[in-house]
Order: sequence, then structure tokens, then C-alpha cells
Amino acid sequence: MKPMQRKALKKKDALWLGFVALLTLLPLAPAVAANSFHMHVVILILLFASMAQAWNIIGGYCGQVSFGHSVFFGIGAYGAGMAVVTYGGMPWPGILVGVILAAAVAVVISYPCFKLSGHYFAIATFAIVEIFNRSFLVWDWIGGALGLDYPLVKEGLMNLMWYNTKTGYYYCALILFLTIFGTVRWLEGHRFGYYMRAVREGQETAESLGVNSTAVKLAALTALCGAFFAQYNLRVDTPMVVSLDMSMKFVLITVLGGAGTLVGPLLGAAVLIPLQEYTQAFWGGLGGGVDLIIFGLLIILMVVKQPGGMIGIFHAVQKGILKRKNAAKGESADGAP
Amino acid sequence: MALLDVRNVTMKFGELVANDRVSFTVESGSIVGLIGPNGAGKTTLFNCVTGFLKPTGGAIIFDGADITGYTSYQIARLGAVRTFQVVRPLEEMTVFDNVLVGAFLKTSDNREAFARAADCIRLCSLESFQEKPAGELSIGGKKRLELARALATQPKLLMLDEVMAGLTSTEVRVSVEVILRLRESGITLMIVEHVMEGIMPIADKIVVLDGGVKIAEDAPGKVINDDSVIEAYLGAKYAQRFKAQKEDGARG
Repeated sequence: MKPMQRKALKKKDALWLGFVALLTLLPLAPAVAANSFHMHVVILILLFASMAQAWNIIGGYCGQVSFGHSVFFGIGAYGAGMAVVTYGGMPWPGILVGVILAAAVAVVISYPCFKLSGHYFAIATFAIVEIFNRSFLVWDWIGGALGLDYPLVKEGLMNLMWYNTKTGYYYCALILFLTIFGTVRWLEGHRFGYYMRAVREGQETAESLGVNSTAVKLAALTALCGAFFAQYNLRVDTPMVVSLDMSMKFVLITVLGGAGTLVGPLLGAAVLIPLQEYTQAFWGGLGGGVDLIIFGLLIILMVVKQPGGMIGIFHAVQKGILKRKNAAKGESADGAP
Repeated sequence: MALLDVRNVTMKFGELVANDRVSFTVESGSIVGLIGPNGAGKTTLFNCVTGFLKPTGGAIIFDGADITGYTSYQIARLGAVRTFQVVRPLEEMTVFDNVLVGAFLKTSDNREAFARAADCIRLCSLESFQEKPAGELSIGGKKRLELARALATQPKLLMLDEVMAGLTSTEVRVSVEVILRLRESGITLMIVEHVMEGIMPIADKIVVLDGGVKIAEDAPGKVINDDSVIEAYLGAKYAQRFKAQKEDGARG
């Protein structure tokens, strides 16, 4: 059993490496590089896949459905935004401060929220987003309802800003994507990954085996990102970053792709983001929101037919093929339990 | 010194007294059975010892340390690990991964944990199911999984909550063999059990609870002849008739 398992893992890793290589070379492809709109869509896919993956750690693997993630995302974005707009410096220190602050806020709000479980936890996180949304809107120091508009600065890695091409942003998004996916990939195979799944499947059972479920949840919660989005859009305002809409997006992308799986967030983002961007570009005259109607239908279908998400469909099909193969050989697909 | 020392533990739920000043000890290397009729407070006592409930009064000393009021994961880390009467597999995870979660308690090294989990799987005869989701196991399999998972944490004291309930007599014999093997490997066991044919032959000591109170603590042979125990199980009327019959038998 063991060597076979290891071989399968290697094959999977090879697939991932190939995929990463493909992504790295993508800007060189003339069809993509020439059309900055396609590039924009690809960047957003990577970005939202990364953020959905950050949500997936606590929501998917650990089973704590949080609608509060846009708060952390927003704090990261405001960190970068304030560093550039308010203090006229480089975004980097702001990003660092934003990440630390977001982690601190996560620790603080987790204290009341983790006393709740299941639906009640989810509802509490709804409230948290609203609290932050309203407070940020009236808080003048951080730009209030007007938001922060980026000034023109010299482009380049130093300022994390580019105007002519999107290649710089693309590679930043790719690094973010690889960091977060790499982390989750590593977690999956180690103690912490098993502990998260154990907490999801049965908190009391996990505790009976010596797992401190609160610590596990807390650590899972504080995995975050967000600063990059502000840099890319060149402005930060509250409805854009700290809102239920944004939180929902992380959740829905992950659920559509397959919660609690490594590839799920990427698949979900690869469906939702093009849907969102292309419908806005081509059917914008319909009044907007067409993408959300289609996406809503997709989610309903998915939850009813295959709660495992796109990954779940993939596994079901794979199992079906295996079964047929085995049936052809004249043996049952799975032994009696 | 006793590995586990339960001193005057009282557990109240509002006005209901589930355990009333229960005291007993579990000696290192022994097998202690905890028995009693339904509702006697066995599982409540178990939950107090394992940190799932905080006792209203009394103290619990494990391995020289006062663990009263500790959380369940802290107690598990100290080496007192339990199984559940109502089996609680981590359903979506495979049988192997279930056991692996237990094995990760003492090590964060993957190779060590995998080896430990594989050993426990073998010991509990679960090899052929190890790649299946735990939710698909039969009830007997799930009970063995509970055992394997607890065992993987390398406990000093293993507390089993009715692992033999609902098993066929063949399965009971297998469980008894496994339990004896565990004791040989140096693990102390405390077992809550209804299946007398399972617990009586292997226990060094039996603690009997009735109505939340300890009514006997002795070797199995003595406990089954204890008047108050017979009364607890059969009721006062039948216990008297039983006693009269036995005396008749002795005379005639």
C-alpha cells in the first residue's frame, strides 16, 4: 500500500510542477500578453484563488465556516494603501503592518466567536464584517467613505506598481498564489493538516486524542492575504475590500471548487472570475449582476447535486470509470466493508 | 503508587447527583472494571476523569499530578486516553488517517507517526479497511477503530467505554485477547463494561456503582457474591429470594 501511495503522490507533484511552469511562462505567450484584458482576468483568477485558499484553511479543512475573512483582507489592503497614500512611502512596511494587525484582530475576534459552533459561528462572523464595514466607512483617518486613491509614483517592484504592462502584477500574483498553495500543500501532509481535518470531523474526538481544537482553529484563521489587491486596483475603499460581498466570494469560490481540497479554490476561481469579468465586459449594459445570477444558479446546483464541489464531480466520474473497468475485468469495485 | 486516584468525586447536574463522593484507585499495570446498572453514573464518572466534565467536588490524581478541571486534550497529552461508548469515527477521513491523528500526539515526525499508526491498525486487525472512509466501517470495525486510535497516542492509562457492547461472543473473545495483549505491553486499563463474560475473567479489580454511589470495590470473584451488588442488579425482592435459595441449597 505504502509505496503505491508514494508513487501516486509523485505523479501528482509532477502535474503540479508542470502547471506551475506553465503559469510562469504564460506572460510570454503572445495571445495573452498582447491583450491586457485577458491578462487582467488571469491575474484576478490567481488572486482570488489565493484568497479563497486562505479561507479554505479554516472553512474547508477546519470546517469553521467564516464570513469574516474580508475583514482580514481589508486590513491588509488598508495597510498597503495607507503606507502609500497617507504616508507617501513604499507599500512594503504597510503590508507587513497590515498582516500583523490582521492576525491580531483575528486573535481578538476569535475569542468570542470560537465559543460558538456550526451555524452560530457563521452568523457571528456575519456580524463582525458588518461592524468593521460600518466603522471603516466613518473613520476619517483611513479615508472614510471616500477611500484612498493612489498617487502616481515610479513604477517597479520597489513601489509594487506598474502602469504599462500587467506582467509585474502577474508575477506578484503568481508568487502569492504559489506561497499560499504551497503552504496548504505542505500542511495537508503534516500533523497540523490532520489535526484540522480531525477538528472538522469531530471536535470532541479530536480533543480526546490530545488536540487543542481552539489553538488549531486560531492558527488556521490567521492565514491571510490582501495587500496585493489594493496595489492592483490603485485604490482602497470600504465596500471594495471589507464587505459581505467580498467575504461571500471567498466562500462561494471554495464551495464551488470543492471545500477542504487543495485544487478546489483554484477551480472555483477559474470559473467565477472569468464569468464575472467577461459578463461585465460584454453584458454590462444589462445592469450588472448577470454573473452573480449565473453563479448563484451554479452554486444551488452544486450544493444539491454534488456538495463535494467540482472536485467531488471529478472524483465521482473517476470512481465510475474505475468501477466500469473493474466490472469489465469481472471483479467488484470495492470489497465489503 | 496508584496510577489513577479518584478521591470523593461528586458530579451534580442541577439537583441531580450523578456521582456522589466516589473514590477508587487504579494500580499501575492492572485492569480495573467499572460496572453497574444503567444510569449508575459510570459514563459520567468517566467523563469527569477524562476532562469532558468538570466535577462539582473531589479530586482526580493521575500519575502524581492533580488533573481535576483539566481540559480533555490536556489529560490526553498526559497519557490518559479514552474511547467513546457511542463510536465517533472521523467519518470522512480514512481509517488510517483516523489512527494517524492519534499517532501525532507523541510525535510531529511523519515517518514515526505513520509507523505507529500502521502498528496499531495491525494490532486491531483493521489492515484490510485502512484506505476506506471510517464512516463505512461496520459497528465492530468502528469499535476497533476507537481502540486503535486511542492506542496510537501511546497512553499510560487507556479508558475504554463499553468497547464490547453489541458485539457477538466471538468478537468479545477477540476483544478480550486484544485487551490482555495491551496489558502485557505495559498499559493500564480502566474499562466500563456491561458484558460480564468480557470483563469478569480479565479484571484485577471491579468497581461497582449504583445510583451514583460506589457500592463495592474488590476482586471479581468477591464482587459477584457481594449482597449489595446482587441487590443492585436484581432488585431487593429477587436478591432476597436468591439469597434464600442459595441458603436452602447450602442446607440441602
